[in-house]
Amino acid sequence: MSSTLFDAPGARGLRRQRTASAVTVLVLLVLAGLAAAKLNAEGQFSVDVWEPFVTPDYMEALLEGAWVTVRAAVVAILLSIIFGTLFAFGRLSDRFWVRWPATLVVEFFRAVPLLMLILAMYLIYGEVIGKFWSLVLGLVLYNGSVLAEVFRAGILAVPHGQSEAAYAVGLRKGQVMRLVLLPQAVRIMLPAIISQSVVALKDTSLGFVLPYEELTKTGQSIAIEFNNYFATAIVLAVMFIVVNYALSRLAVWAERRMSRAGGTAVRAPKGDLMGGGGG
Amino acid sequence: MLLTRTYALAAAVLLAGTIAACGEAGSEGASESDVEVEVEVVANPDFPEGSTMAELAEAGTIRIGTKFDQPGLGFKSATADTPVGFDVEMGKIVAGQLGIAEEDITWEETISDNREPFLMEDKVDIVLATYSITAERRGFVGQAGPYYVTGQQLLVAEDSDIAEPEDVEGEEVCSVTGSTSIDTIEQEYGATARGFGTYSECVQQVLNGSFDAMTTDGAILLGYAAENPDELEVVGKVFSEERYGIGYQDPADTEMCEFLNGVITDSYENGTWEAAFVSTLGEAEVETPEPPAVDPCK
Amino acid sequence: MEALWDNRDLVLSGFGQTLLLLVVSGSLSLAIGTVLGSFRVSAVPALRATGTAYVTVFRNTPLLVIFLLTYYGLPELGIQAPQFWRATFALTLYTAAFVCEAVRSGVNAVPAGQAEAARSIGMGFGQTLRLVVLPQAFRAVIPPLASVMIALTKNTSLVAVFGIADATFRMRGLINNNPGDVYAIFGGIALGYVLIVAVISLAAHGLERAGRAGMGRVAVR
Repeated sequence: MSSTLFDAPGARGLRRQRTASAVTVLVLLVLAGLAAAKLNAEGQFSVDVWEPFVTPDYMEALLEGAWVTVRAAVVAILLSIIFGTLFAFGRLSDRFWVRWPATLVVEFFRAVPLLMLILAMYLIYGEVIGKFWSLVLGLVLYNGSVLAEVFRAGILAVPHGQSEAAYAVGLRKGQVMRLVLLPQAVRIMLPAIISQSVVALKDTSLGFVLPYEELTKTGQSIAIEFNNYFATAIVLAVMFIVVNYALSRLAVWAERRMSRAGGTAVRAPKGDLMGGGGG
Repeated sequence: MLLTRTYALAAAVLLAGTIAACGEAGSEGASESDVEVEVEVVANPDFPEGSTMAELAEAGTIRIGTKFDQPGLGFKSATADTPVGFDVEMGKIVAGQLGIAEEDITWEETISDNREPFLMEDKVDIVLATYSITAERRGFVGQAGPYYVTGQQLLVAEDSDIAEPEDVEGEEVCSVTGSTSIDTIEQEYGATARGFGTYSECVQQVLNGSFDAMTTDGAILLGYAAENPDELEVVGKVFSEERYGIGYQDPADTEMCEFLNGVITDSYENGTWEAAFVSTLGEAEVETPEPPAVDPCK
Repeated sequence: MEALWDNRDLVLSGFGQTLLLLVVSGSLSLAIGTVLGSFRVSAVPALRATGTAYVTVFRNTPLLVIFLLTYYGLPELGIQAPQFWRATFALTLYTAAFVCEAVRSGVNAVPAGQAEAARSIGMGFGQTLRLVVLPQAFRAVIPPLASVMIALTKNTSLVAVFGIADATFRMRGLINNNPGDVYAIFGGIALGYVLIVAVISLAAHGLERAGRAGMGRVAVR
């Protein structure tokens, strides 16, 4: 294969590549072997450590925790989309007394750590709104702000001719937004929305500190009972990777369908995919 | 290609499902102690009109705040519906005296951060959650008791050089965020305190060598040491006094205070306190201590 | 407002920890992320696979779980270290995956013609990367890298539940001890983070403009 950086390799090149591959694989295997040996010595492969994960009751508890996580993430994403739409319109408004506060709000919630937001929500309003809403509201404020930026970019990315034609036909700004730009923008932004869902899913693990009984907290209960912290962490990681990877592939698929249909997808800035302070 | 992947996925799911039925973890997790706490549920309790106790007895349910992540005192397994532990047993005893049966108790998880807020905002009626009595707290909420007295100590690895609190000066010591232990070990013994979410996390890290010592109430530490007798030990003098009390909402509610104190002293006399201890904290072969005298209500 | 002022030494030390973590983890993850990035665009299939596997694992796992994995896994592997370095390790591993992706997108943004021209005069992979592609990718890479560093700043708040007394840890303590001053405390600490983020954004803008100026002098268009 060739790319911008190197030509398709000839015979000698192929041999060099194969040797390099082999060496890399060897090094990785040796490292893995050493790690496995050490872990075994520490008893990390014993039945006691892994048994809870093949016991129906505990698996059920973990799946329950996963369900709680997904529920919180879904609610958070839906509300974030609403928040994002509102504030995107706010930031695109012609009236400065709408634009400036909207910009302030969005920039503020993108700069503040999500963990801090969630903790503060719970410590200040916890008794009134409970853990679920402390977590979800924190998620909405952050992810909504990110989506506001994404939506703004999406609306601006709709070919200019569309809005020009709409104005020429006599539509007012609000109508142009609603009837012409937004529907087309949504298609463009779909991959970004899905990617942001991945972030929201990861960030629900922050509920752990409230403590909210989502997946990570359930894992901790198991770890306390069986003293198998490392194994539990691995199981949690695997569960998250599986779900998030599937979602990411969905986003990539959506993006490909988009480009086939002739649009360019809009993406959230790289950093916002990391999660806002704990994602 | 897609078909093979689907088959592979289906096979994996089936395999996982079969394996998932194999394990029996936790089935021997039930208390091995022969001692059962016999909680008396009073049939028709008689309380003064309008008192908190009368309200609770009439309601027939009570909301008790306790820890869910503290083995021995208040711990709720991932698969259980209710927590177990010493604080939990004492809670059941109090509820029984109000005529409320075990099944009618609603258990809420209270962590160190939110015990006062939960009482002050009427999210729980009483709190039994390793709740140390302090003068500051008595300014915001009521605290009856104590029903257990312990003190801060150190938990170290079996082969550690640390023998007394003074030995941890300049070292990193693990404890729980928001607990009184963190401040004490920092201010009085010059250690660097590292705060985590639960004591179990600290124990795990002492076991795996990340920390040389952890500190909290001796009662809690003894439980952990007993679970790992060859690897952990509790050392050093007791360097503070922690008196666990029952939190209730209104600091001026003298009737409630006297009722709770009465329940506590009765439990000393009729053996339920000792049974509660032996079946939870005492499982670690810890000697049952002398029950403490309760503070007079103001 | 009072509580914040009275405890300003605690708040400042908290932000000191935050900044320290940011600088150390940031630098380390930039280095490791760039190396990973070059793995992902390399000709050697095994290196490409390693890079992809690394990124897949660390991008799809919550940072919290990464902390759990490193805090409880490293000692099992016999590696002991003081708290600060364990936290740095977890943050670096996580952030490096995103730096890698940012670098990769920067490299892919360089027009193919540049690398083709380099190869046509006989430069090898390493030379092409070092002398032609990376310097130009540098400019394209700044905005995503700035986002990654901003996210890292916020991610440092996680150490509050893993034993390090950073700004978020201090906020929690202050709110617990001064329930009357919650808004002021939250606002004050939030302001601190906003300031750090603003500085990073400004620095990124400055770097971008400097890069553009540099390019302008050399461009042969």
